[in-house]
Amino acid sequence: MSLVLGAFTMGLILALLSLGMLISFRMIRFTDISVDGTITLGSSVTAVCLASGMDPWPAVLLATAAGCAAGAVTGILHTRFHIQELLSGILVMTALYSINLRIMGRSNIPLLDVPKVADGAEGLVAILAGAGGKIDLLGWPVPIADVAAFVSSLLICVASALLLRYFLLTHLGTALRAAGNNPQMARAQGFNHQAAVVFGLALANGLVALAGSLLAQYQGFSDVQMGIGMMVWGLASIIIGEALVRHNGIGLMICGTILGTILFRLLIAIALRWGLNPNDLKLVTAVFVFLALIAPALGGRIKARLRQGDSHAGS
Amino acid sequence: MLEVKNLSKTFSPGTVNEVRALQGVDFTLAEGGFSAIIGTNGSGKSTVLNAIAGTFQPDEGRIILDGIDITRWPEFKRAALIGRVFQNPFAGTAAEMSIAENIVMAMKRGRRRGLGWAVDRNTREEIGARVRALKMGLEDRLDNPIGTLSGGQRQALTLLMATWLRPRILLLDEHTAALDPKSAAKVAELTSEIIARDKLTALMVTHSMQQAVAMPERIIMMHRGKIVEDYHGEMKRRVRIPDLVETFNRVTKRDLFSESAAVMLMGQYR
Ligand SMILES: Nc1ncnc2c1ncn2[C@@H]1O[C@H](COP(=O)(O)OP(=O)(O)OP(=O)(O)O)[C@@H](O)[C@H]1O
Ligand SMILES: [Mg+2]
Repeated sequence: MSLVLGAFTMGLILALLSLGMLISFRMIRFTDISVDGTITLGSSVTAVCLASGMDPWPAVLLATAAGCAAGAVTGILHTRFHIQELLSGILVMTALYSINLRIMGRSNIPLLDVPKVADGAEGLVAILAGAGGKIDLLGWPVPIADVAAFVSSLLICVASALLLRYFLLTHLGTALRAAGNNPQMARAQGFNHQAAVVFGLALANGLVALAGSLLAQYQGFSDVQMGIGMMVWGLASIIIGEALVRHNGIGLMICGTILGTILFRLLIAIALRWGLNPNDLKLVTAVFVFLALIAPALGGRIKARLRQGDSHAGS
Repeated sequence: MLEVKNLSKTFSPGTVNEVRALQGVDFTLAEGGFSAIIGTNGSGKSTVLNAIAGTFQPDEGRIILDGIDITRWPEFKRAALIGRVFQNPFAGTAAEMSIAENIVMAMKRGRRRGLGWAVDRNTREEIGARVRALKMGLEDRLDNPIGTLSGGQRQALTLLMATWLRPRILLLDEHTAALDPKSAAKVAELTSEIIARDKLTALMVTHSMQQAVAMPERIIMMHRGKIVEDYHGEMKRRVRIPDLVETFNRVTKRDLFSESAAVMLMGQYR
């Protein structure tokens, strides 16, 4: 049970990363690969702030703001200096590696005895659970701290999702989506497409850094290497989410992305339980994303092949 | 009123691909006038419209709209004053967004877009009413992605969007050319209707001589980046398709002569 709860908590935290990537990859259609660096930026800033005794919420806000700034830089590299999308992302990601090391001052900061955002939820859960330190979940005893982490992640994820849905349905959010869908149309309607890219990337990477901040607190450490492969994981989650809901309105797309991330974390937890070597995880994910990307074309070809077979059989 | 003064543009200057697309184009459109530009392929018609819309910066010349010099304004800023419909029915709308969301974009053209709900109930009703007036049955499909509509329907909606807020000038670049004859006629009719109703200043590029004769009150003919003929007033009212064809032939023949002369000269140089 603890394993499942952990996968859920992890899924909810990383859903924020997936939601950020939903904005960059799907809404403004910018292949932003700086994500690996930004999530680590979020965790680095959080780790340093918490280790130096700052309250958790301001630390989370600061981390998010740092992510926004990094995203804006990627956008500005692309729009102002006409650097290709991928290269803009790579430049920022590479720079962030050094910046993250600078921020932390070393490659790893443990966060064991510092206050965290889950503490508030812990008090609440403790009251519900009464004394004992463990809570009964479907017949399984689970440590209060784990439940608290789950509850606080759930609240933050749901709040972020609702805010994001609201924003995307406002005039500004609608224009942002239009700019991604058809830049020519957005310009013809008086919307500055370049500003949309910068703003959209800032928003997206703010969410990614928020995920990084919560991740550091949940894992109890921040490490400069922790972001490696995160972008592909996020992409895999988005793809699973799309298979679940099939592009049906903003609300469903957001729900799909969250569910997709959770499902993906559960699959990983199960695979690891069954003895998948953790070192192979990224390879497996990459192959999965590859298959998902070629699936539509492959499906079409198979269908065409089948139809051909039919006509042969008929003649 | 639109004043286009001595507009010149050379694409890829100094390379083998050099194209002198505009060579000193000069004209003024009166307030509330509906004019057409006709001309051979590659004569620079779209380039004139794009220069006005701001998709590129001209090498020389000025563009003055209602007394405002917009020559250096970026495209998105000019959109506050300009309504556009493109030749490609896919260009003017965001395919994956709903009809209502597309129109909401147009309702805020050139205005501040804040954090209010984009499609609230009042807005929906307003959109529904004006979409119903198109008589295409689209009022029941406001939430459908606009990409599911036919080219003609999309073009009609793009026209509605371009004129939702009264533009200082309406630019139409062969906006019926990609449609089947029936939809083309419908969109052309709608165009004339809206321009007449709102007394818009409009500039339409067309390949259809019939449209050029029937719809606007002025015909500007272009060839090789220059204006070669300008029918307006009484002259425009008298002009018929054969007259236009004859002018075309005269202009292109003159061109043939000068080209063969060039070939002759080239021969002597070798
Ligand atoms: N962005 C551009 N870059 C390079 N060349 C261009 C560009 N836009 C237009 N041209 C060239 O300028 C010339 C005029 O093009 P334009 O599109 O204005 O012609 P047109 O009169 O609209 O023709 P058509 O009837 O085929 O639409 C053409 O030779 C074209 O190749
Ligand atoms: Mg053209």
